[in-house]
Amino acid sequence: MWDYSDKVKEHFFNPKNAGAVADANATGEVGSISCGDALRLTLKVDDDTEVILEAGFQTFGCGSAIASSSVLTEMIIGKTIDEALQVTNQDIAAQLEGLPPEKMHCSVMGREALQAAIANYRGEVWKDDHEEGALICKCFAIDAVMIEEMVWANKLRTVEDVTNFTKAGGGCASCHEDIEAILEKVLAEKGEKFDPDAAPAAQPEKIAAVKTPLTNLQRIKKIEEVLESLRPALMADGGDVELVEVIGNTAYVKMTGACNGCQMAAMTIAGIQQRLMEVMGEFIKVVPSTEMAKLTNIEVA
Amino acid sequence: MVDIYLDNNATTKVDHEVVDAMIPYFLEQYGNPSSIHKFADGVARGLKQARQQVQSLIGCEHDSEIIFTSCGTESNSTALLSAIKAQPNKKEIITTTVEHAAILNLCDYLEKEGYTIHRLPVDKAGRLNLESYKKLLSDQVAIVSVMWANNETGTIFPVAEMAELANAAGVMFHTDAVQAVGKIPMMLQDTKIDMLSLSGHKLHAPKGIGVLYLRRGTRYRPLLRGGHQERGRRAGTENTASIVGLGKACELALRYIEYENTTVKELRDRLEKGITESIPHCFVTGDLYNRLPNTTDIAFEYIEGESILMLLNKAGIAASSGSACTSGSLEPSHVMRAMDIPYTAAHGTIRFSFSRYNTMYEVEEVLKVMPGIVKTLRKLSPYWEGDAPVANPEQAFAPTYS
Repeated sequence: MWDYSDKVKEHFFNPKNAGAVADANATGEVGSISCGDALRLTLKVDDDTEVILEAGFQTFGCGSAIASSSVLTEMIIGKTIDEALQVTNQDIAAQLEGLPPEKMHCSVMGREALQAAIANYRGEVWKDDHEEGALICKCFAIDAVMIEEMVWANKLRTVEDVTNFTKAGGGCASCHEDIEAILEKVLAEKGEKFDPDAAPAAQPEKIAAVKTPLTNLQRIKKIEEVLESLRPALMADGGDVELVEVIGNTAYVKMTGACNGCQMAAMTIAGIQQRLMEVMGEFIKVVPSTEMAKLTNIEVA
Repeated sequence: MVDIYLDNNATTKVDHEVVDAMIPYFLEQYGNPSSIHKFADGVARGLKQARQQVQSLIGCEHDSEIIFTSCGTESNSTALLSAIKAQPNKKEIITTTVEHAAILNLCDYLEKEGYTIHRLPVDKAGRLNLESYKKLLSDQVAIVSVMWANNETGTIFPVAEMAELANAAGVMFHTDAVQAVGKIPMMLQDTKIDMLSLSGHKLHAPKGIGVLYLRRGTRYRPLLRGGHQERGRRAGTENTASIVGLGKACELALRYIEYENTTVKELRDRLEKGITESIPHCFVTGDLYNRLPNTTDIAFEYIEGESILMLLNKAGIAASSGSACTSGSLEPSHVMRAMDIPYTAAHGTIRFSFSRYNTMYEVEEVLKVMPGIVKTLRKLSPYWEGDAPVANPEQAFAPTYS
């Protein structure tokens, strides 16, 4: 079974605001084809203040779909519809203390139901703007549609290209066969042939590995440089990373945006650590800055 | 709260007698069966006995037709790859749409390699059409691979009859019998089945041990080459303790096969009847008149399987589901889709699979909690209102899908 957080279980076993709001004036109905899950969100919005007075959900779906629906209703009651629209799917996941990568789309469904309901209230028609595909890279939660789009857009030719542009395949590497299959398919559509030894597409700049001993200052600058090079890939996913402190061989980083709340954060950190060690040529442990508070006895060399 | 295990098609508890039979092969007779010293002198005899115990259960003619492998999947891969290697000019394979992934994914791969794969469809009750099967048999077909019994619904396929037809057309026949062995009687020597896969952990032996039955005279190419083990047909040092354990498990399965088809079947029937009588809008999937005695797969309409499993788990009951969410895949079970079960029901299928360890008390416990679980989830469902589905559920709730 999935490794659900206690918060997910709490909302699943004791859902809040289940059922339809009796005299609702906003309704959103969405589904996620990748799970067969579907959700109807009903809201009672105060016409003068635009504050959401009541919210109710009806969900056909798995444990995390029900939990995402339940926590969403809690998060938006009392907010104005403009405030509610600021709620992202990462906020929903974070409120649930994280979701497994395969289940992040349950939080997306919650966010979309909210958008659909508010569009309905405003007399607009909500249009879905993204498509979901089969999950390919479990380490970084990248699906087939995302990889296909990147292959098309950036003329990618090899698995390494795909990893450089999407992070997919950059963790445990088990999905490389699937990535090759996508490359084969897309390249065939373009009338090209997949060649595993093809020259790489223009890629994010590589940083030269450290060969000589560094001063403390140089070392920290170098670590920053590595993080900087990884940032575009993280930002493509709506996340970001920031170096907070370096103590001994431990680098403390702050994960923000989409990285925060996704159970993938741990994998992302492992990926950053791997890259840092490759460049720095020494063992470096990457730790979320939230762990810093637990250090009571910092020794300064 | 008692823990109730009704997921025996996924895997089974290892029988105590099996564990007892294995222990000496870890602690005393741990020598390599190929060695000539006292740590090994009983091992060859142990393996020989195990081979005969497997032989008795599946009713094959010679014990040398038994090849020990690491699992059912290895047996399946060995069988199909052997058939195409031995007959390089034959480029077609016949199988079904409802096979286990161990066959389907291998066939998908072979398709990319240039093979033509014929996947026989099933009807709404999960049955094959033998007329369309007959039309596909030709001298171009390297092998037919059809499961003996389906893991999700328990539906039994007429493999003996299909093997006869294949044999008459000069085509090799393999069956993935992982779910069937030990649950229904078989006498392979009276059939034209050339190869059969079985897996230890489905019949109270440990995980990591399987068998490929290979009819004497069947053209064969090993998957693993190396040492002389298994007469050169499957190289690699024998998993001696597990082989002995599997032998013991086969002996026990033969002893209990009558029990399986009477007492265990009664448990299954009682649960199935109890659930379908007490819960509205649910139905049993598969071929009800031609099924394994231990399996029932019930679709609960308008709710989703993973949610049901989580609530069952909370009540101490273990089962499994054909929903997409439980596996993290895009689609509900391919078996449910093949039978054309609508999405709103396919996602809500729960499989209860019994073993000889289950009791009527456990069945009654499940019957106590199941109606409440379904009710709780239907209360949350947009397809449900009060005590019944909304009128025209598909129209009443038609979400925008992404």
